[in-house]
Amino acid sequence: MATGQLFSPTTQALFYNYKQLPIQRMLDFDFLCGRETPSVAGIINPGGDGFQKLFFGQEEIAIPVHSTIEGACAAHPTADVFINFASFRSAAASSMAALKQPTIRVVAIIAEGVPESDTKELIGFARANNKVVIGPATVGGIQAGAFKIGDTAGTIDNIINCKLYRPGSVGFVSKSGGMSNELYNTIARVTDGIYEGIAIGGDVFPGSTLSDHVLRFNNIPQVKMVVVLGELGGRDEYSLVEALKQGKVTKPVVAWVSGTCARLFKSEVQFGHAGAKSGGEMESAQAKNQALREAGAVVPTSYEALEIAIRETFAKLVEEGKITPVKEVQPPQIPEDLNTAIKSGKVRAPTHIISTISDDRGEEPCYAGVPMSSIVESGYGVGDVISLLWFKRSLPRYCTQFIEICIMLCADHGPCVSGAHNTIVTARAGKDLVSSLVSGLLTIGPRFGGAIDDAARYFKDAYDRVRIDRHYPGIYIAGLTPYEFVESMKKKGIRVPGIGHRIKRGDNRDKRVELLQRFGRTHFPSVKYMEYAVQVETYTLTKANNLVLNVDGAIGSLFLDLLAGSGMFTKQEIDEIVEIGYLNGLFVLARSIGLIGHTFDQKRLKQPLYRHPWEDVLYTK
Amino acid sequence: MARKKIREYDSKRLLKEHFKRLSGRELPIRSVQVTEATDFNELAQTEPWLLSTKLVVKPDMLFGKRGKSGLVALNLDLTQVSNFVKERLGKEVEMGGCRGPITTFIVEPFIPHNEEFYLNIVSERLGNSLSFSECGGIEIEENWDKVKTVFVPTGVSFTSESCAPLVATLPLEIKVEIETFIKTVFDIFQDLDFTFLEMNPFALVDGKPYPLDMRGELDDTAAFKNFKKWGDIQFPMPFGRVMSPTESFIHGLDEKTSASLKFTVLNPKGRIWTMVAGGGASVIYADTVGDLGYASELGNYAEYSGAPKEEEVLQYARVVIDCATSDPDGHSRALVVGGGIANFTDVAATFNGIIRAMKEKEAKLKAAKMHIYVRRGGPNYQSGLAKMRALGEQIGIPIEVYGPEATMTGICKQAIECITASA
Repeated sequence: MATGQLFSPTTQALFYNYKQLPIQRMLDFDFLCGRETPSVAGIINPGGDGFQKLFFGQEEIAIPVHSTIEGACAAHPTADVFINFASFRSAAASSMAALKQPTIRVVAIIAEGVPESDTKELIGFARANNKVVIGPATVGGIQAGAFKIGDTAGTIDNIINCKLYRPGSVGFVSKSGGMSNELYNTIARVTDGIYEGIAIGGDVFPGSTLSDHVLRFNNIPQVKMVVVLGELGGRDEYSLVEALKQGKVTKPVVAWVSGTCARLFKSEVQFGHAGAKSGGEMESAQAKNQALREAGAVVPTSYEALEIAIRETFAKLVEEGKITPVKEVQPPQIPEDLNTAIKSGKVRAPTHIISTISDDRGEEPCYAGVPMSSIVESGYGVGDVISLLWFKRSLPRYCTQFIEICIMLCADHGPCVSGAHNTIVTARAGKDLVSSLVSGLLTIGPRFGGAIDDAARYFKDAYDRVRIDRHYPGIYIAGLTPYEFVESMKKKGIRVPGIGHRIKRGDNRDKRVELLQRFGRTHFPSVKYMEYAVQVETYTLTKANNLVLNVDGAIGSLFLDLLAGSGMFTKQEIDEIVEIGYLNGLFVLARSIGLIGHTFDQKRLKQPLYRHPWEDVLYTK
Repeated sequence: MARKKIREYDSKRLLKEHFKRLSGRELPIRSVQVTEATDFNELAQTEPWLLSTKLVVKPDMLFGKRGKSGLVALNLDLTQVSNFVKERLGKEVEMGGCRGPITTFIVEPFIPHNEEFYLNIVSERLGNSLSFSECGGIEIEENWDKVKTVFVPTGVSFTSESCAPLVATLPLEIKVEIETFIKTVFDIFQDLDFTFLEMNPFALVDGKPYPLDMRGELDDTAAFKNFKKWGDIQFPMPFGRVMSPTESFIHGLDEKTSASLKFTVLNPKGRIWTMVAGGGASVIYADTVGDLGYASELGNYAEYSGAPKEEEVLQYARVVIDCATSDPDGHSRALVVGGGIANFTDVAATFNGIIRAMKEKEAKLKAAKMHIYVRRGGPNYQSGLAKMRALGEQIGIPIEVYGPEATMTGICKQAIECITASA
């Protein structure tokens, strides 16, 4: 492994597999240290490129995103650290690809669970090519005041507490990533702080070892003492013992190997880290601590005494005049993230959207407060779902059944109506389902499909109208007579919506209308609006035989009865429902079923592009 | 999690299957596994050789020295094997200081042989080392000076030249056969992500190598690559590790989540119990209680990490508290809710689960005179610690709460003082 410095205040990294938080934490650390350039030069996100917005202090910066490792290295030739946040499945392959790039010197692998044989390949390649692998199964490492890998050292508060924004004199290396942060804190308490800290990761064969880093620290002049936190399992600590015995480490080393508790277990134990397994006596914490002690390291009697050992070793160096006092600096304030500030109750922010019909945040989605499981388990139908999402209440079964009947009746009306025609033409033009569907839906309006809404509005208005009796002023009469209603519409030049049919006649009623009327009369508590519509029809039939109550008029009037007769809606709510076009919604929803059917039909039949024949167009000036 | 021992039966199954795949040649290995569920009549129908051959039977429980311990029976017929198994199935034995019942046996043809060879392959940091000896078998340790070892660095192929030092002294008529065998076994070792493989001994049957005894370890992190190759593989627990119902409950939780939840009872009557966040820190807490001289009072080892969900922490904490508070004896106990300074785990979120469990178990905690010691740092730790303090006041249980300003294991000392003061 290379000896000496791995990082500097100008080191830049490429970050593999975009993760917002660790990158932001790196950039916050950069800002805290007063770095001029962000420590992340580029991001590699397989299959995507562009830019990613992140904060650098108060400012937002755009970090380039590349789709390949090769492309990122070519674009950022001075970035020599590769931080790999790939999953354990793909970490080895991407790390190898990075090691093969001439510009990359250090690869840090975060994933836990990288196969041992894959890591060994990385170790072999790194050794042969003089590169450094940190990890796998690590949080990374940090050079105080210079460069930080990913999530190392946790929150900004912790980094400030541990004075990691400026270099101290202690080199630290541990297996455990979690414990590295604990030790940064401990070391900051009893010394002038960390110069560099590395967590090599808990695997059986880490990419670089405890002794690799201790030997490197020995070559860094600013590092005055070294702290090592080892762990039972494996023999890595013995390389350090050898190095100490051979005099290769000249700086004081304070070491502790955890896992003395293993002998309390009766059978073989696998602790949290893959490499932390009680094996033979040699690999026990006791034996390793003993060997390190004999080789000249300062080894306390327990972890609890480690802090004291570090303090005493540092104090001795100070006494000997070997420590240059650190110049204390005041790190700049990092603006707090909105999310953090809100969570801690310090600030509040207005929302931009309000929603009242559904909630997807809990264990399962709710429609108007009713959880999905009760919707399914209580045997609710589409009509119930519509009443929950549209009316925000559970309507009685006869109401939801009526809604379902309306949807069934309006689902389709053959290929020739304007909506279906448009959909067919669009589908035949090779467009996708959504385009075909909406091109049909876009025809729905005042002339096509809009009649239900209008019928309801006009019938309601006519029936509810309060007028003063012409002969007896002072007496209020409810409702226009059918005669008054029809004639007033005629005067305004408006055809009565809901009345009239292309084919059906007074003596040949629309079957659908009959069905609806029968349902209403059987199940509804009151059908006053529908009966009013029938009276209107009786009058219009005297004018022409095709002026029958059509399906739009039947639905429109019965819907008014549903709203008024169910007792579930206030007058104000009914007005609003009619006003904002709920009934049109019913038609749009229903007809979508048919339009989707027409789209699939045309696609299944592989119909070619539709072209209207010349013969069918009147060309004229 | 890393290197896992597999049963001899599985080692041989993998060897036979993949020897054929990689070399095109068949090894005459035959073996069956026998457990409580085995019906010998059915077995004899699917494996008729059991009736026509003399057999060997031995426990297949991840422990060695079976021959020296009189647990191997040779030259039996199937009825004798069945009796041998019946007499021993479920019986406890002690091996290397660990006691446990024998639940699994391996039955194979009895192979009379003259020579016993030794072969061992171990994965090391920079490659794999292969050891071979012509004097294998039960006396291998006495004949260790005859074992020859070569090291094959990662990425270097294992050629006849590199194999030469192992087989140089073999008689010419068997040299080629054994060299080819070693090379194929090495290929299998690499191809299947073995980390350890040993045959002690293997013999030659009609000139073909035949492993009589075999041990193997696989790297289970490579499972995603070897799904098909490994087939239906088992990773049994180390011999002597018998899980209590509470331990297997946590083990079950652990297998289902992406987080890590570990729980081992060391002494059910212990008075210091731990529930510690983090793989590294949990070991250190257990160490510290021991290093301070109170190993005998340590009730358990417990670790949770990898950002478990609140619901998972709740279930986990319930079990720890149930064990810690069982059989109150009037003396004080201590529960150490410890942890280092987290890098990215939300401390308040994980504490929510613990706090819910403590509220549920208020009566039990009081009955056991439990004192709770909390120490933790990391994202959102202030709010997590504040909730813990509030809990103490709310349910009236002594809870001491510390953050990163205190040493990590200081609460171990306090816990010890608490239980010794009352004793």
